[in-house]
Amino acid sequence: MHLDEKIWLTLSFGMIMIFMFITGYQTFALEMGPPSHNETIDPQKVSETPPFDQPGIKKIGENEYEVVMTLQIFSFDPMEIEVPAGATVHFTLTSKDVVHGFQVADTNINAMVMPGHIQKITQTFDKPGEYLVLCNEYCGAGHQLMSTTITVK
Amino acid sequence: MAIPYNRKTSAINEKTNKVLGVNLDDARISKSYLSVAFIALLLGGLLGLLQGLNRAGVLELPVWLNYYQVLTAHGLLLVVVMSAFLTIGYFYAGLSHTLGGLLPKVRKIAWTGFWMKIFGFVLVVIPILMNEASVMYTFYPPMAAHPLFYFGLVFIVLGVWALSIGAFINVAHWRKNHKGQHLPILAFFATGVFVLLVGATAFVAVEVLFMIIPWTLGWVDTINVMVARTLFWAFGHTAVNIWYLTAVSAWYVIIPKVIGGFRWNDYLTRVVVIALVIMNITGGFHHQIIDPGISLPIKFMHVFMSLAIGFPSLMTAYAMFRVFERTGRRKGGKGALGWFKKLPWGDVRFLAPFIAMAAFIPAGAGGIVQSTNQLDQVVHNTMWVVGHFHLTLGMTVVMTFFGISYWLVPHLSQRVLTPAMNKLGVVQTVIWTIGMIIMSFSMHTAGLFGSPRRTSFTTYGDFSATLGWDPYMAAVGIGATLLLIAVILQVYAVFNMMFFAPKGETEFPIAEVEPGETPTPYMTERWGVWVVVMLVVIAMAYVLPLTDMIVNAPPGSPPFKTW
Repeated sequence: MHLDEKIWLTLSFGMIMIFMFITGYQTFALEMGPPSHNETIDPQKVSETPPFDQPGIKKIGENEYEVVMTLQIFSFDPMEIEVPAGATVHFTLTSKDVVHGFQVADTNINAMVMPGHIQKITQTFDKPGEYLVLCNEYCGAGHQLMSTTITVK
Repeated sequence: MAIPYNRKTSAINEKTNKVLGVNLDDARISKSYLSVAFIALLLGGLLGLLQGLNRAGVLELPVWLNYYQVLTAHGLLLVVVMSAFLTIGYFYAGLSHTLGGLLPKVRKIAWTGFWMKIFGFVLVVIPILMNEASVMYTFYPPMAAHPLFYFGLVFIVLGVWALSIGAFINVAHWRKNHKGQHLPILAFFATGVFVLLVGATAFVAVEVLFMIIPWTLGWVDTINVMVARTLFWAFGHTAVNIWYLTAVSAWYVIIPKVIGGFRWNDYLTRVVVIALVIMNITGGFHHQIIDPGISLPIKFMHVFMSLAIGFPSLMTAYAMFRVFERTGRRKGGKGALGWFKKLPWGDVRFLAPFIAMAAFIPAGAGGIVQSTNQLDQVVHNTMWVVGHFHLTLGMTVVMTFFGISYWLVPHLSQRVLTPAMNKLGVVQTVIWTIGMIIMSFSMHTAGLFGSPRRTSFTTYGDFSATLGWDPYMAAVGIGATLLLIAVILQVYAVFNMMFFAPKGETEFPIAEVEPGETPTPYMTERWGVWVVVMLVVIAMAYVLPLTDMIVNAPPGSPPFKTW
């Protein structure tokens, strides 16, 4: 093996290790890990199971909200959410039917929402405006229509 | 088909094979696989254009052929049919050439596998055309297609297993008669590819046979959605990496010969193959980074397992450019970059795979980036991902296959690549390159802005304009149009070289090792050991999370038809 190849491979290895270090640091030290909530639910009894028997938005603290939301073909429940600027919103999500994706454009909100599993993701909305919420996992004939908005005032 | 066919040649042995060029019985097998592959490319490309134009907002698809039907067929035709048939056709030609012909029983197995795959594919296509299986090639439960769709998949997998067994028999036969020798390098790559094909399809076979089919037939009421999805990705990601490993084999073995050089260090080449085989299947988990129900430490371990595959690819990057440099210098290239000009840029057999390799620099970098937790969360299920696999598969893999076709098809058909056809190939390569660059760049960018994948044309009530997606989606349409032009040229070239090009001998280009190279240790040939190590790595990756998903499973889901 030539010297320059050894250098190249050392750099390659080092680069992968740096990626691992940053990913690990962000995930475990800064708690920026990807949405991985571990809680299950009977997917055929979502409407009867709290908290999903009453989907909606609830104020839980100083400019802090919890949104309990169900995803079903081809809508979100509740639709058209409104929060004040700077609000921290905790989303609690599940699916009533097939696999959906919960994405809010222009933010880092992006989570898979599966039947049988409860998913959680949190976001602070600093910038006022209207945000597009969309389903990003193909869920059927009306998938392209599955969207709503979050208005930050 | 009017393919020249001579029964006497079936008794051909290794030496005469080298003299006469090609065993016609074996060539018929490879030509059949390649024909299916390029017909699939034509159909898949056509459907791709329909999608591109739809997403660009200029074409409304009719109800009887909706976007999701088209997308399901596009994915299956290109990722499952075209890539698999090219890989098999190419490696069976390689096995025949480097191992002294296929054994008669292997030939029989190859034909059985061929018809099983075709039969399976027909079963898959019927429900798609009837809009009974618009579930994408990932068919995530609890979306449930018509049972016929899944039976078709079973036959496709059985076909793959037949082909793999055939390859193993031929390789084992050669090894028995050549004790203590290293397997010829192309057959070594083929062994790795077929080991991975069996390993990957085993997961999807379990998913389809034991979970989905009983469920769609109504024998069981519900399905474990997470387990099905996890088994799928153990297959899905490995499948695309297998097509990549096939392309890599041509880079290491074929391209050095085409440019008139020697191949890269034999030992390191074999180490790269072994590394890619051992570490591959565990890479699939990064498709589930933002799934619920999988703990953060498990996800972190899988980020590591996914990124680990990057290492052998970085070894390959070095090896390839080193081979180019050495060859260019040997031909008189001076200075830091003079060797670069000495490479045969006008030869499509080099140009297409070279661009394919160059494309893997941004493609591989994008892959490493999107495998990490936080960045995956930004781009998951957006057009970025579509851009990524059009760069990796559409450029790196497919352009290498195109480059291969310009010598493999004439070699198998006992015809020659004419200068005019070479020129057509160069034009085709340039058009494809421009189309792919436009399309994948636009897809990556629109994805960063949040445009979702697998979604037919929609503006979300004119929201898309404010998010800046629209111009990029229009560019996707332009890219798709250029790509279809290139597809038509490519398919024309393949069938012309198969049936109409002037008769003659075309070499199967296999590069020799550098003279005076240290012999490779025999350790590389211990495939039993590598398979065991592969299984251990798979067990490390999958036993814990799968057990957790089964033991702590929620009540299952009934089937849904939502399209």
